[in-house]
Amino acid sequence: MTVKDAKEILGARVLVGEDRLGEEVRSACGSDMMSDVLAFSKDHSILLTGLCNPQVIRTAEMLDIVCIIFVRGKKPDEMTLQMAEDSGLVVLATGHRMFSACGMLYKAGLGGGAV
Amino acid sequence: MDDAIVLNYEISGEDFTRAGEASSDVKKKLKQMGVGPEAIRKVAIAMYEGEINMVIHANGGKITVEITPDQIIMILDDVGPGIPDVELAMQAGYSTAPDEVRSLGFGAGMGLPNMKKYTDTMEIDTRIGVGTKITMVVMI
Repeated sequence: MTVKDAKEILGARVLVGEDRLGEEVRSACGSDMMSDVLAFSKDHSILLTGLCNPQVIRTAEMLDIVCIIFVRGKKPDEMTLQMAEDSGLVVLATGHRMFSACGMLYKAGLGGGAV
Repeated sequence: MDDAIVLNYEISGEDFTRAGEASSDVKKKLKQMGVGPEAIRKVAIAMYEGEINMVIHANGGKITVEITPDQIIMILDDVGPGIPDVELAMQAGYSTAPDEVRSLGFGAGMGLPNMKKYTDTMEIDTRIGVGTKITMVVMI
């Protein structure tokens, strides 16, 4: 699916990267612990998280993640969003909780990727 | 070693929001140099974990990255408290990070194991009260 598909499935708002919604996404991971994302993420395109600080952007940048989805209605501050813009990331925000958001994407065919 | 490129970074221990800037810069430079994506990914993750550790545990430090045609050497040097039990610190899930660090998304006890996992060699030279020097190599 594309980032745009994920956005529509979750009824999410685009905070950064409106022009990059056509990018392909193959798998996703969901976590509030960036250490775990760094440890277990393999080639994921989407990171779903409720953590809201600049290290989320850095983590995504290190892992070549395409899109960050903030769950539970979280919205990062301007500095964090600017970092995302500079890194070429797409940032979405959804009111859904982590479990539901992950489930909706999984049901729509987005996998968890290799273990 | 004539072709080696050396990058030096001072890591501030004051500002957690800036942790990762050096790793981000190295990643961009490696990309510009045309280094393969798999090597870049390994260096980026290992160095970022190391940089975060420096900020969390050692109030900052210095990172030197040496890039040669066949390997990337990262040397992370701090004057922090040292690691009392390296074997224990290497265990996945073991962490001494305070709760405030966990609330920032780190301190899951995966830092050192991750650094080892993503590099070809990793050496830890640590002395209590003196500091820690970690040397990691990623083959290109």
